[in-house]
Amino acid sequence: MSLKDNLISSFMVMENRGKVDLDSGFHQMRSEAINAFEKQGFPTKKDEEWKYTSLNSVLKHDYSIFPKSEAAVEFKEVKKYFVHEIETYKIVFIDGVYSSFLSETTHDGYDICLMSAALKKPKYKMVLDNYFNTIADKENSITNLNTAFTMEGAYINIGKNKVLPKPIQIVNFYTGSEKDILLQPRNLVVVGENSHVQIIERHQSLSDNVVLTNAVTEIFANKRAIVDHYKIQNDNDNASMIDSTYVQQKANSIVSVNTYSFGGKLTRNNVEFFHEGEHIESHINGISILDKKQHVDNHTLIHHKFPNCESFELYKGIFDASSTGVFNGKVIVDQEAQKTNAFQQNNNILIGDKATINAKPQLEIFADDVKCSHGCTIGQLDESAMFYMQSRGIPEKEAKALLLYAFGNEVVEKIKIPELKTRITKLIANKLGVKLGFEI
Amino acid sequence: MLKIENLHAGVEDKGILKGINLEVKAGEVHAIMGPNGSGKSTLSSVISGNEAFEVTDGDVILEDESVLELSPDERAHKGVFMSFQYPIEIPGVSTTNFIKTAINEKRKANGEEELPAKDMLKLIREKSALLEMDRKFLSRSLNEGFSGGEKKRNEIFQMAMLEPKLAILDETDSGLDIDALKIVANGVNKLRTKENAVIVITHYQRLLDYIVPDFVHVLHDGKIVKSGGKELALELEAKGYDWIK
Ligand SMILES: Nc1ncnc2c1ncn2[C@@H]1O[C@H](COP(=O)(O)OP(=O)(O)OP(=O)(O)O)[C@@H](O)[C@H]1O
Ligand SMILES: [Mg+2]
Repeated sequence: MSLKDNLISSFMVMENRGKVDLDSGFHQMRSEAINAFEKQGFPTKKDEEWKYTSLNSVLKHDYSIFPKSEAAVEFKEVKKYFVHEIETYKIVFIDGVYSSFLSETTHDGYDICLMSAALKKPKYKMVLDNYFNTIADKENSITNLNTAFTMEGAYINIGKNKVLPKPIQIVNFYTGSEKDILLQPRNLVVVGENSHVQIIERHQSLSDNVVLTNAVTEIFANKRAIVDHYKIQNDNDNASMIDSTYVQQKANSIVSVNTYSFGGKLTRNNVEFFHEGEHIESHINGISILDKKQHVDNHTLIHHKFPNCESFELYKGIFDASSTGVFNGKVIVDQEAQKTNAFQQNNNILIGDKATINAKPQLEIFADDVKCSHGCTIGQLDESAMFYMQSRGIPEKEAKALLLYAFGNEVVEKIKIPELKTRITKLIANKLGVKLGFEI
Repeated sequence: MLKIENLHAGVEDKGILKGINLEVKAGEVHAIMGPNGSGKSTLSSVISGNEAFEVTDGDVILEDESVLELSPDERAHKGVFMSFQYPIEIPGVSTTNFIKTAINEKRKANGEEELPAKDMLKLIREKSALLEMDRKFLSRSLNEGFSGGEKKRNEIFQMAMLEPKLAILDETDSGLDIDALKIVANGVNKLRTKENAVIVITHYQRLLDYIVPDFVHVLHDGKIVKSGGKELALELEAKGYDWIK
């Protein structure tokens, strides 16, 4: 049975078992989503948006679709995957199942808890009705698939005027208890007026078994809210990831979505921003450092619909060996969106002889009084800089690492949580295989 | 200290150095002059190990050992330093971090412990004071947006930090104003001891008033066509190169 057929029949089983507590609205939404998925199927390279990313190799596995049992994980075994140097809220899942043991949630003044709980309790119904699946892309078959199977994930609802005292970590572990597993976390983040939230998200496989994650996150930033979402993608070689993050911003809000892609077999990031007000700032940043046959595809969309908004996009990629990268940055500026400032920059370095990058900036501008710029570069390591550094006694490997560090530094500099910045710097050093005597 | 024997080098099929012989002993200062394109920078690059140039014949011997098989960093660890005619800009790496890394890599290669942060700081203070460098420069990206003169001063600062055995200064004077020239020359002179040697490449006699050479050589079309004492530089200044070509 193909994965698609398997998913559709599993959906029926889920329905019949009444596995999730459905009200009729939700039931309808799931049914529509699975029907859409059935029609659309998994994307193929014939799809314009998937031209350079083939899912064939990740879809051929016989995935188990429902988490079976909660596997135990000791904190000390997984501590290193948390940013543990600082206090944080934690929403932790093991093989798709919530781990109360590793988590630290709250309902005190705001809700930082579980999607499964929110789906069941009437008091969350209004928030779900207002927000859930309202900005997720209905044309996107993979997002529809996630919607159909929504069971678990992070539910974060912060009211007005709350500056969270600590960041929230959403961590998904896979123990390898199933041979091949498909996980579909679904997160909802609603941030009230004037509130500030920082989120660190990580997906980590603890074995070499195959895992495919299809994650969807919807983020709503109300007026003057500030939201920073950091995604650490450093999973091992048999882990693949499709992550779709949809962001809606109201007036004067500032939101950043940041991806750090160092690991995994195949990673696809869809990040889409929609503006619903003036004086909005959107930031999307990403750095990919790949080797072997790794593949990362960053697809971004910023849709400016209102005047006086700004967007800043910065993606850097370093591609070694036979790794491949895709960058597709779409910026749409509607006719009404006068005085828009939209900046996009994508810089790539190819180190490996067989490494490739497909970069495509796509600016669709319908307003006349705007400032839009984009720059896209693909280069090699600068030989004269290498000689300069080596002539001062810095060996080739370290010189190369230092240059690559420097190249990526602009993205790392944007991290607002110092401990996270240190962590990302270390991950980069590990990835480049060096130990430098200082941190940039 | 340095012995260059019948050195031939070039790029692809093009010969640039066509049989250079030169011996530099510890404690000496040699000046190399010569018209544009004669091969002065190529010679410095080949001594420092730039792989852009291929050595087709001859040898470069440093303290009785051929260095041709050594990488630029290995040569640096043995005490070779070249001040670049055109220093490279390296965005994203501060001068401080760069020089710290360079010093500790050299120490590591020579089996020494890393220099403690406190001592490093002291050294940086001392050497930047010697070159009257504004410390703002040290935290800026290496050479990025530096003026021509600032870059040259930064080269000599790095040289002072690394205390090389053999320093090759490729047109360090070009781009420096008179005051800066004195400061930089003073920095170089402070480094001079009986144990190390300096090769100064320049077009102008003026620098040699401050860094007084023991020998002056004229490079022309990849060969040393004339050598002499410091008075040769004065003669060249007066007469140009035509009479020796
Ligand atoms: N990478 C290269 N590829 C091709 N030709 C080169 C290369 N580097 C140097 N050359 C050539 O070799 C010759 C010597 O150049 P070099 O830079 O050594 O001269 P120079 O004596 O330092 O001159 P200047 O006084 O102008 O600095 C020149 O003709 C130059 O064009
Ligand atoms: Mg030159």
